[in-house]
This record gives sequence, structure tokens and C-alpha cells, in this order.
Amino acid sequence: MSTASTSVPSSPARGAGAPLLEVDDLRVQFRTGSGLVNAVNGVSYTVSEGETVAILGESGSGKSVSAQAIMGILDSPPAEVTSGRIVFEGRDLLTLPEEEQRRVRGPGISMIFQDALSSLNPVYSVGFQIGEMFRAHRGTSRKEAKQHAVELMERVRIPAAKERVNDYPHQFSGGMRQRVMIAMALALDPRILIADEPTTALDVTVQAQVMDLLKDLQRDTGMGLILITHDLGVVNEVADNVAVMYAGRIVERGTVDEVFGNPAHPYTDGLMRSIPQVEVKGGRLQPIGGQPPNLAAIPSGCPFHPRCPKRRTGAEAAPGRDCVADVPPLRLVLPGREAACHYSEEVLDA
Amino acid sequence: MSEPNLTTVGHDEAGAGGVTGATDQPGGGRQNSLWSDAWRQLRRNAFFWIGALFGLLFVAMALLPSVFARGVDPRSCSLSNSNGTPSAEHWFGFDQQGCDYLANVVYGARNSLIIGLLAVVVILVFGVLVGAISGFYGGVTDSILSRIADIFYALPLILGALVVLRSGILGRGVVAVAIALAMFGWMTAMRLVRSQVIAVKSSDYVAAARAMGASDSRILLRHILPNAVAPVLVYATITIGVLIAAEATLTFLGVGLQAPAISWGLQIDTGQDLLRTAPHAVLFPSLVLTLTVMAFVLMGDALRDALDPKQRS
Amino acid sequence: MPDDSTGSTAAGRAAEADRRAVSDAADAATRPVHAPGEVLLEVKDLKKHFPLTQGIVLKRTVGHVRAVDGVNLRLRRGETVGLVGESGCGKSTVTKMLVALEKPTDGQILYKGDDVTKLSGRGLKQYRREVQIIFQDPYASLNPRMTVGDIVAEGWSVHADIAPKKGRLQRTQELMERVGLNPDFVNRYPHQFSGGQRQRIGIARALALQPEVIVCDEPVSALDVSVQAQVVNLLEDLQEDFGLSYLFIAHDLSVVRHISDRVAVMYLGSIVEEGTEDQVYGSPSHPYTQALLSSVPVHEPHLRGLKERIPLEGDVPSPANPPSGCRFRTRCWKAQDICAAEAPALVDRGQGHPSACHFAEARHVVPTE
Repeated sequence: MSTASTSVPSSPARGAGAPLLEVDDLRVQFRTGSGLVNAVNGVSYTVSEGETVAILGESGSGKSVSAQAIMGILDSPPAEVTSGRIVFEGRDLLTLPEEEQRRVRGPGISMIFQDALSSLNPVYSVGFQIGEMFRAHRGTSRKEAKQHAVELMERVRIPAAKERVNDYPHQFSGGMRQRVMIAMALALDPRILIADEPTTALDVTVQAQVMDLLKDLQRDTGMGLILITHDLGVVNEVADNVAVMYAGRIVERGTVDEVFGNPAHPYTDGLMRSIPQVEVKGGRLQPIGGQPPNLAAIPSGCPFHPRCPKRRTGAEAAPGRDCVADVPPLRLVLPGREAACHYSEEVLDA
Repeated sequence: MSEPNLTTVGHDEAGAGGVTGATDQPGGGRQNSLWSDAWRQLRRNAFFWIGALFGLLFVAMALLPSVFARGVDPRSCSLSNSNGTPSAEHWFGFDQQGCDYLANVVYGARNSLIIGLLAVVVILVFGVLVGAISGFYGGVTDSILSRIADIFYALPLILGALVVLRSGILGRGVVAVAIALAMFGWMTAMRLVRSQVIAVKSSDYVAAARAMGASDSRILLRHILPNAVAPVLVYATITIGVLIAAEATLTFLGVGLQAPAISWGLQIDTGQDLLRTAPHAVLFPSLVLTLTVMAFVLMGDALRDALDPKQRS
Repeated sequence: MPDDSTGSTAAGRAAEADRRAVSDAADAATRPVHAPGEVLLEVKDLKKHFPLTQGIVLKRTVGHVRAVDGVNLRLRRGETVGLVGESGCGKSTVTKMLVALEKPTDGQILYKGDDVTKLSGRGLKQYRREVQIIFQDPYASLNPRMTVGDIVAEGWSVHADIAPKKGRLQRTQELMERVGLNPDFVNRYPHQFSGGQRQRIGIARALALQPEVIVCDEPVSALDVSVQAQVVNLLEDLQEDFGLSYLFIAHDLSVVRHISDRVAVMYLGSIVEEGTEDQVYGSPSHPYTQALLSSVPVHEPHLRGLKERIPLEGDVPSPANPPSGCRFRTRCWKAQDICAAEAPALVDRGQGHPSACHFAEARHVVPTE
């Protein structure tokens, strides 16, 4: 990916002020027994106050890995951030010593995960685990911490918070556990909340409740929300801006309305067409052919070319825009819209 | 972390191609099975051959001891050579009685190997059988068998074997020692198999086999056991060493083999007392014991990997 | 046969409903409408109660989990019935009973008129051949130590009459080709395939037995979004080619709508609403169906504001101690005294399709363009 991708248009929907978080040309590799796996290959995005950025992608697209890099929770080895900047509150986290990183991240950026049950320790009460945040970072007393825990549980709308503060994780339903995770994440008033597939393990009715809660909390606190998901519907209903990832790269970016309304990348276009919708029965689905890419052997040129119906190569390609040979840079294709496709204009027209 | 690994096969369309496995055979001709694939895999594993080579060496030693002992009789001794150090003539030196130590170590292979292998085979068969029944049928069967195993657990291996051998029901020979050891050593194998069987039993592929009408025996043999025996194999290879050493302890306690019987256990045992004056008396039998155990561990490891398709490159 | 009369009237009612749906739907002409064939599989008042026990050696029953508590379903030849519901509603237990992996506590499963719950030996084996299953998790449903060829061909070892031993390899490869797998890969192991390809192997395994009915238990929910459509299309093609009937169990309401002719909605062990895909999605009349449908996020930006969300409070009650009367009343905004006293029957109350609500009322929930 070229440096062209760093010239980010200020997010069109919201974000009046300077970005809270800026990720620039992030690259992450995994060293595995079977070779180098390029999980993230030059990803850049910004998140402003009160903005919800969705990172949309399938498994293996690098969407979660890039978030883990921001949180500094990659297992290294085998993972290694090979280049890039993660600027939070004016400081590049990657250049700071580890201790300092933790001090900045700890209260400033927090994260919730897909699997709330395994993220909670089964042998401590949820109240204790929420309170732990205060004790560890603020040195609050046990009693006060518990008080805070009850307040937080009320804030995430756990019914009968006072009675349930001493309950253990297994006594909560999936949706309630995810609320406990959100309460823990919110404990230190973060400026950025990263939600990694927060509702994937939940039922639709519970998913709707949790997404509503996240939206309300964001409105109250003005935090920036990074929503990592594979669910187009969730993105459509919750996010302001969306970055579509494929094979460790951002292939398309813009406001949700524009990207979903008029995709500029064949992959986004294919996704939109392949998914059945609840509104209509619809005719036959139009799947994207082939399988998601193997990150240890990312195809040459445009990583999507083996599955792309609009691929051009050899004689039919314009010079320097051979899908099999030339990597398409993420470029401005319309005002406020970027896409990494040599032939975006044709996708847009279609 | 799991993300990059999820996509194993390349990006090609399902039917189109895409090569990942090095083990890929040209498809047309025949249908491979787990065992034929495992054997092909074993044949290419250098560690397996090293293990097999040593294993064969010791088995040959047990079968034809006079060849390896260079024709020396282990029982023709002269006290004037007592504790003699190794020399060009007598590679392993002499023991306390002045017997040629090489001959003794070589002749010890038979008893030690028989005890180790026989006991481990009994443990394997019994452990797998009881564990599989216990895990597969569950319920009352499982409760009863597991409690029986618990009772045997309460008696330490050596103590249990000691009691059995002292009682004289089995006699005092090689087979008796092996069976006495197996009687109190099968429980771990059973536990391992049982827990694996329980885990595998509830898997979807077993449900799929059941849903197509497969019989219990088919499900056990084709689906559950191949997926349940791997940890037991590893356990068994390590146990061989433990058992050979246990025989030595029994001997030390006076209930195992007795001189003039020859075994590595006996030699290590007597050698211990002479550690300072004649270290070679402990060194050589220990060395061959270690090599024997290593040979079986190598073979067991290789077999486990060969039986696991995911371990193949 | 006492069943006959009820069967034919119910079938008649459903056929009438089908006709109405056809005349209602403007786009009906664009998609194939299955001529309703004879009823293959019929489930009557199916129940499964799991005992709750205490104690290790001497087990004492302290209660029952009513996982499935009175389910009625009917599947005709060549049709797809979708069964939707959230986790814990009992749909997986229904699946297991249908493929005879669990024995029902009560009720009947009639396959071509025979009660499956009373079958054993040869009859059960034949039933298992004709009613196959596809599992959700493509990683757990294939034996890691068997080659793909062995997995697909295993059914022929059990039912030797289907394929003579000699040509099995060739038939395996034909099947693999049919489900979109490279037939040269017969000697590969499951871990060498991606999720979507593994699901195709599972489909080939089911097809090998030449079944009449395939129970699909969440067959695409573990797959990547871009691969789901491939598998859905494959299932549709196979249905067309082999005249299969599907019972399609899923929690993804969009996929169910796409693939199903008729849809049944489950809540806490029983079916609350049933009808054609158009009836259930277009004019849901049970409050739970309405809430469920209103929670599904829409994909089109311009439909975002058009949807009225019906929020559901609280959690699903425990099936070990379900509410009296209507199961949904504890979370329902329409609940009255009668709902606690009397369980509503699953009957048509004037909406054109059956709904288990005393106050059933059609409501437009899913926005359309």
C-alpha cells in the first residue's frame, strides 16, 4: 500500500475536532511454523470524538488483529508490529516504552470482546471484577470500588444491580455478561472503546439491546467507538463510517450510507449482493466465488483478484492497472470516498 | 491469533485446485486410509527409524544374547576380577562377583524387555478396553468401573505389586512380575482413554455416524478409538521405562526377580551400593535402560504424529 | 387411519394459505413455487424433558428441563420448512429427535405414516438413511482422522445396498464434484479444507445415502459471510435436482426467509407462529415474532429509519421453570390475566395463518421499499 493512503479525508459525518486516535500504515506479521503470515498490511484510519467507525471484514481479514495491535495485546511472538504509527492523544504509542504505553492506554482505550464468558474470571464475582478496575488504576478502597461497580452495572442497565453485584459470571445470561464486560470497559471513562464482534455470540433480540446500549453510552460520554464486525446489518444500523477490510488491507472506506448505497469496490459490492435480506425473499443469491485468502500466501496484485468478476489482466488491463500484477492503492474515488480498486469507477457506475 | 489460521486452503474456488498439503497424492487411483497414510508418514520420519533401530537392537539382544556378549558366559566369574574397570578385553568391566559385565547386561535385556513390554501391553489392552467401555456406555457401568480404578489408585504401584508377589498366587517369575506391575498400573491409561472417549463421543462426527445408522462397534472402532488412543500411546511408551525401573525396585525389596536371574533392574540395584568404587556398575545398565526407553518414546511419538493428520506437513 | 382426516384438512388449509400468499405476492412469479407434495414428515405434540439430577452415585431427579414442550410440524416432499428461534428455544433438540439421536419424552414423529419413535432395528436404520442431517460446525462434524473419501463413503459401509463396493471410489468422486469439491482431493483430510469446503463435505456425506429429507442444523451460520451464499445456493440446487425436502433450522432470520417456503417460529420449547415465508415475515401476528423481526438489522441505508424497533425486556425464562399459560407473557406488552391462566393454542385467529397468541394481530414490522 502506498503512502497515498495516509492522506485521509476528515471523516465526513462527524468528528469536528482533531481525531482522538490515528492509525497510520499499520502492519502486523505472524511468524508461524509454516512461514510468515501477513495479517495486517498497511491499515490507516482515524477515530474522532463521538464517531463510530466500523471495521467490516470476514475472518482472516485482519480486522481483529489491527484492534489488538492498538490495544497492545498481540501475542508476540509470534505476532509483531513491523511498521506504522498508532497516535493517541498526540503520542505515538508504538514508540513509547511498554510501561508508558500501559499508562496511556489503560484508562484511555478499552476493549470488549465477542466471548464475554471466557473474558470473565469464573471464580470472582462480577462486582469484584468491575471494582478491580478502580482498585488497580485508582487505588480505590474495596468498599468504594463495589459502590462504583453497582453504579456501573446500573449504567449498563443490568436489572437489580445491587442484588446481583455479588453474583458470579455463570449466573448471568449471555447478554448480561456482555453488559458486565461493557461496564468493565467503561469503568475508567475511556475516550475510545473498541468493540470486537460484541454481539456475534448473542441472539438478535439481545444484540439489538446491546447495540442500543452502546449507542446511548456513546452519546452520553462522547467516546469514539471502533466497531469490529462481519455483520453488514449491524454496521448499517450503528456506524457513521465504515472501513471494509480484505486480506489485511482496507479496500474501501466512506460513510455507511455511501458505501452501502453505492459500493466502489467489487468485494463490498459482492458482499452486498451475496447476503439475503430480511426485507425481501429475493431471487437467487449471487455469491462471491472462491474462498477467503490464505494470509500466508496473499495473491499478487490486488488480493481480491482471484475472486473478482471485474478483474482485468494482460492485454485488457490499462497500463499500470493490471489486477494480477499491480497492487491498487487506496485512492479517492469520489469526494469522501476511498477504494483500493483499479476500476472503481466501473463498480460505482454499475 | 486464530484469525490468520482459519483459512487453511488457498483462495481458489472449491473445486478448482489450490495446493496446500505436501502429502497430496494423485487422486485417481485409490482410496487411502488412515493407516496407509500413517505408515507412509512413519516411513519418512527419521526419529521413527532411529527408535526402531535401537528397539530392534535390544530385541535382537534379548533373542540372541550370546552373539552380543561376544560368546562370554555371564555366569563364569572369577572373584579376582571383582569390580574390574572396563578394558579393551572386557568392554563393560566386571561386577562385584567378577563376572563379565557386558555379558550380564546383554543377558539382562531379555528379562527386562519382557517385563517392560509385557506389562505395558497388558496395561494398554486392559486400560483401553476398560476406558473405552466406561467412557462409551457411561452411566452405572462408568460409575462402577471408575470406582474400581479409584480403589486400585489407592494402592501405590510398588506396594500393590509387592503384596501380590508376596502372596505367591502368581509365583515369582518374569511373567508374574509383569502381571503384578500391570495390575496396579492400568488405571492412568484407563483414565486417559475414558476422558478422551467421553470428549469424542459427544462430537458432531460421532452424531453424524449415528445418524446414518452406524453400529456401536463401528462408531467405537472407526471414530472414537482412533481419536482417543493418541495420548495413551505416548503414556505407554514412557511407562515402559517406569516399569523396567519398578522391576528393579521390586527386586530390591526382595520380591522381584532374584539372583541368579539376570536383569537390568537387579544390576542397577546392586550397582547403587558400589556407586563410588565401581560407577560403571550403575552406568552401563542405566545407559541401556535409557536407550531402550528412548527407542520406545521415539517410536511412540512418531506413531502419534503419524496418526494425526494435522501433524503432517 | 384417524390421522387421515385431520391431515387432509390441515393440508387443505395450508394449501389455501399458499394460494393466498401466491396471489398476494407480486414477485411470486419470479421464483419457483413448489407444488406441495405429500406429507413426508409430521411431528405431533413432540416433547423432550431432560431430568435435572443431583448426586453422583445415587442420582435423584429434582426437576425437568422442558427443552421441547409440544411442537407440531409438517414437512412435504420437495419443500423447505424453516424453524427459527433464539438460543435455548429447543430447536436443536427438535433436530436431534428428528434424526433419532434423542428419544422424545412424548409425542410422535410420523415419517411416511410410521411412528419413528417406535422404530428399531432395520426400520430405524432405513429411516436414518432417508432422513439425513447437516451440522452447524464444519470443523467438529468431520472426523479429523478420516480422509474425505472415507467420510463421504462411510454411509455405504453402513447401508451396503446403496452402492456396490467396486464403484464406490468413483461414486465418491462424482458426489464431491456435485457439491463443488475437487474430486482429486479424496485422499485429503478435513483440516486441509476451509470452512465452506468442509460444509460441502458434510453435504456430500448426507447426499451419499440418497435421503428424502435433510435436516439442516444451522448449516451456514459458522461460515464466512461471502461463503454462506455459495452453500445456500448449493442447497437450493440439490433440492431442485434430487427433490429433497429440507427442515432448515437457523437463528438467522434473513437466511431462513430466503430459503424457506414455510416458516415456524419457536420460543421456549414450543412454536408460537407458523405460516408461509410471506405470512410470517410480511404480517407477523405473534408479539414475539414481531419483536424478533424488528430486531434484525437491515442492510439498506435508506430503510434504516423506517423500522420500528420493538424492544424486549429481560431474558428468556428458564425452561426448567417456564411461566404458566403463555410462555411469552413475562416479556409481552399485551399480556392480560388470561395469558397466565390459559396457554394459547396455535390456531388461525383471522390472520390467515396460525399464531399462538390470545391477542394475535397482524402487524407490519419489516420495512419494505
